[in-house]
Amino acid sequence: MDLELMINSFPKLLSAAVITLKLLSVSLIIGLLIGLFFAILRLNKNIFINRFAYGYSYIFRGTPLLVQIFIIYFGLGQIEYLRSTVLWVILKEPYWCAIIAFALNTGAYTSEILRSAFQTIKPGIIEAGKSLGISNKVIFYKIQIPIAIRQSLPAYGNEIILMMKGTSLASTVTIMDLTGVAKYIISTTFKPIEVFIVAGGIYLFMTFVIHNVIKFLEKKYSFN
Amino acid sequence: MELLAFGDTGWGDELFYATLMTIAVSITAMFIGFLFALIFTPLKLSKNKFLNFIANSYTTIIRGVPELLVIYLFFFGGTGAVMFVASIFGYNEYIEINAFITGAFAIGIISGAYSTEVFRGAIQSIDKGQFEAANVLGLNKFGKFFKIILPQTLRLAIPNLSNVWQITLKDTSLISVTGLVEIMRQSYIAAGSTRDPLFFYSFAAVLYLLLTFVSMKLINRLEVKYSRGF
Repeated sequence: MDLELMINSFPKLLSAAVITLKLLSVSLIIGLLIGLFFAILRLNKNIFINRFAYGYSYIFRGTPLLVQIFIIYFGLGQIEYLRSTVLWVILKEPYWCAIIAFALNTGAYTSEILRSAFQTIKPGIIEAGKSLGISNKVIFYKIQIPIAIRQSLPAYGNEIILMMKGTSLASTVTIMDLTGVAKYIISTTFKPIEVFIVAGGIYLFMTFVIHNVIKFLEKKYSFN
Repeated sequence: MELLAFGDTGWGDELFYATLMTIAVSITAMFIGFLFALIFTPLKLSKNKFLNFIANSYTTIIRGVPELLVIYLFFFGGTGAVMFVASIFGYNEYIEINAFITGAFAIGIISGAYSTEVFRGAIQSIDKGQFEAANVLGLNKFGKFFKIILPQTLRLAIPNLSNVWQITLKDTSLISVTGLVEIMRQSYIAAGSTRDPLFFYSFAAVLYLLLTFVSMKLINRLEVKYSRGF
């Protein structure tokens, strides 16, 4: 055990964890919006809209995140047309490519989580709203969405943790996140176990915090 | 399309073998995962606090740390560990361990943590009466486990194990960072030499979709088989 290396690498890894958290939070926010959008499409009765939303989630859940990042980072840059548009400002940055891939990926899982949450809402609740003369729009925003969010909290908590682990793939497109810096230190010092303990410890701490925040929210918004 | 031709002119045969490699690594990893689950599930269910602690640490650490970090640990640490063991036996030459073994082992340990949780859940949800009935029938420990508990556990576990399989299959793409030529690595090589990453990575995505689709169909059959009588 090289304790000195562990102590020396801790601040470096900690500042890299900030990048991991940034990647995570930005992709979760965008992913939540995407997920909500596609969950609503899934509830649509039009078969084409429905199929389209299902196809999106099927493709993103059925392929590895690494493939998705590589298609966006290496693949899209190949299209000449894209290079001449404003989009190129975003797509040439590995940071934004990673975020787009993460957001689309977590969006697919989130849409499934929200869809099943919407479907478990008892029809009686919606009917009760209707009989009180509340408009469909208000029922959706004030009744269905809050209930769905509460219902999906446990599953969404898992998704946040999975996504946090997923952000480690950003290191494959040159971003120095927690895993990226850990790999760099390992490959320069050849002390994989020490670095793994420190970096893994930071990841575990973040998992622990997320887990408990979700648990707290679940309790706070429980129906009983 | 000529990019996918078989033989020297295209990448068809290379990608075909790479797909076989992905399947082989996934199955090996899943199997190693089962072995880990076989060890850690009893520890999780044990009444001994210390054994509990060991099993819980295993599943918590593996499920809370990114797969890529675990793979780096094995990739960079595996050789050192093997050489250390070898040096005890007096062998001091450089040993390079096979990328397949390192990769399958790393993914297997990850897969094992998920399998352990699945088996634990399945065994815990078996009715207590079943254990008691088996005792009353005078079955010995093996008979009780293999004839009564295991078949019921499998029925409950298969839907969740199919999720573990999907995770394992997708995780094997990460082994490409160690140089094992599976789908991802082969696509990377092909994309590099043809300068057509969009095509090859999209094709890799199609291959993975195909693998998940076909394996889901096969697992559904298993599910039907083990649900007989329910």
